Amino acid sequence: MKTKAKPKLAVWKFSSCDGCQLSILDCEDELLAVAGAVHIANFPEASRAVVKGPYDISLVEGSITTPHDAERIHSIRRQSKLLISIGACATAGGIQALKNFSNVKEFVSIVYATPEYIHTLSKSTPISDHVKIDFELRGCPVDKYQLVEVLNAFLNGRKPNTPHYSVCIECKRRGIVCRMVGHEQICLGPVTQAGCNALCPSYDRGCFGCFGPKETPNTSSLAEFWSKKGMGKRDLIRTFRGINAYAKEFRLESESHE
Amino acid sequence: MKTSEQSLSNAVTIERKNFDALFASLIKREYQIVGPTQRDGAIIYDIVKSSNDLPEGWAEEQNAGTMRLKRRNDKALFGFNSTVQSWKKFIHPPSQRLWQTKQSSGKPAIIPEKSKKQKLAFLGVRACDLAAMGILDKVFTDSPFTDTGYRIRRSDILVIGVNCTQAGGTCFCASMNTGPAISSGYDIVMTEIVEKSRHYFVVEKGSKVGEEIIKELPSAEANVYEIEGAEELVNKTSSAMGRKIDTTNIKELLSRNSENQRWQQNAQRCLTCGNCTMVCPTCFCTTIEDVTDLTGREANRMRKWDSCFTMDFSYIHGGSIRPSVYSRYRQWLTHKFAAWHDQFGTSGCVGCGRCITWCPVGIDVTEEITAIRMSDKNNPSITLSKENK
Repeated sequence: MKTKAKPKLAVWKFSSCDGCQLSILDCEDELLAVAGAVHIANFPEASRAVVKGPYDISLVEGSITTPHDAERIHSIRRQSKLLISIGACATAGGIQALKNFSNVKEFVSIVYATPEYIHTLSKSTPISDHVKIDFELRGCPVDKYQLVEVLNAFLNGRKPNTPHYSVCIECKRRGIVCRMVGHEQICLGPVTQAGCNALCPSYDRGCFGCFGPKETPNTSSLAEFWSKKGMGKRDLIRTFRGINAYAKEFRLESESHE
Repeated sequence: MKTSEQSLSNAVTIERKNFDALFASLIKREYQIVGPTQRDGAIIYDIVKSSNDLPEGWAEEQNAGTMRLKRRNDKALFGFNSTVQSWKKFIHPPSQRLWQTKQSSGKPAIIPEKSKKQKLAFLGVRACDLAAMGILDKVFTDSPFTDTGYRIRRSDILVIGVNCTQAGGTCFCASMNTGPAISSGYDIVMTEIVEKSRHYFVVEKGSKVGEEIIKELPSAEANVYEIEGAEELVNKTSSAMGRKIDTTNIKELLSRNSENQRWQQNAQRCLTCGNCTMVCPTCFCTTIEDVTDLTGREANRMRKWDSCFTMDFSYIHGGSIRPSVYSRYRQWLTHKFAAWHDQFGTSGCVGCGRCITWCPVGIDVTEEITAIRMSDKNNPSITLSKENK
């Protein structure tokens, strides 16, 4: 094998909780291998040392919520060969996108003593709304195995194994008893993209939809089923309006019950 | 098929209090025993060590999209019907490595995966699930291409069948001619009988090993009343089955109804989540994932359960062949009930009802097929009556 210069990896943060960045540090066993395979050039959660761009791979965490962010993402795009947005904030606007359903100016005027100091956009939006992205990795936070898989795939020039099918498929492969059928719990698994290896169902909880809508999600069928079981409009809205509230299919479903 | 005279001479009875002798005999023969056990509010198949692990006194209430455990008013060991998943996971694992490749000095070396032989005793296999194992055998071993791993895993499995003496809420094995009585493919078959003052099993051998095991158990020759009692219970189960499918010319029915509007109506409800295919005891489709390490020096080829309800399943260059929901549901149902006949010479459905129970929104395959039959515009009998006019 030819020895190549190690690709330069940068990690960027926008409006987010840093949880996805921490998932990288959480890779533990794989972390040294990652550090061995790439040159970590910018990673605020891990080190203050910053190496100048351009970068081979940029991992972008967080959503765009300020005019400054909306500018900054373009400069990152310009410096990055590959741009991968990671996590629900970067791919769908995150939990902070709940503000997209309300009047932000009103919030600001109530909450802050000097509202004119607050420069916030009316909507929290995913990275892909602002720049071209090369790949989106879902999750809140992202799954560390999927994260390594994506880096791995890009380093080896292959397609990442990050399926778009339902959480149910992972759940059944693990032999977990269905939270809906067996326990009458609310579970977004049938409309949510796999990737977490059915984490919540394995702890006896229904899926919260952290990985966002799966391919061709039939949210209205699920909503109708729950509403026949007695779930009210308010709860239906709340069920679909979580971490991925602004992801298109979940947003349309929650709005249809308003 | 055995005549009742033959079974009269073969059948023995084993009292409940002696049932653990079966475990002892299997353990002595170095079988790992897999059987039903109660876990997470459901009955599943897993390793069992004694009759204490069996779901004594439990039954399950099943209907479309719902399953709840409930207490029985007796202490039956096999007083439930179908489990969450079938035996499929033991012979066709959800995830397995096919081979790996390593690059040490220069050329990459291919290292084939050695499938391990497993000595398992399946305790409590129902007629539907046994039929499903027969179908999987056909798919994986009885074709020009034999799945070596499957053949090895399957080669030393002892089957102890249990006849169903009650119908589950979503069962329709009688329609599919697979149950509730077990007719072949077993080493031992039992019918559990719980009376007020007696709890026993009517047991028959189905193979040489089965015969040897039975000989070791404390048993008595079954009398005609015991045998007929057992048969009567199973017959009653058949007639008590709540769901059914009319399978008359079903292949032709489904083939000429590919544009029936029922498919579109069903697509309003179908989640394409894939649960039906995962719990189906005969759905065998898999996908391949190549996994590399970060240095690119080692790669594993993994095979995982897949579902025809995913977009990737029918993905070819440029996109998926079946992007719509209705096309995917239609593919699954028509393959299972129609095209399977062409491909493997039988139906792909054994009537276990799991796809009905474990569909999160309760889509019922028996209802769907009935609806298609009712709205079949090209039904020859309808055409005939029109011509007569």
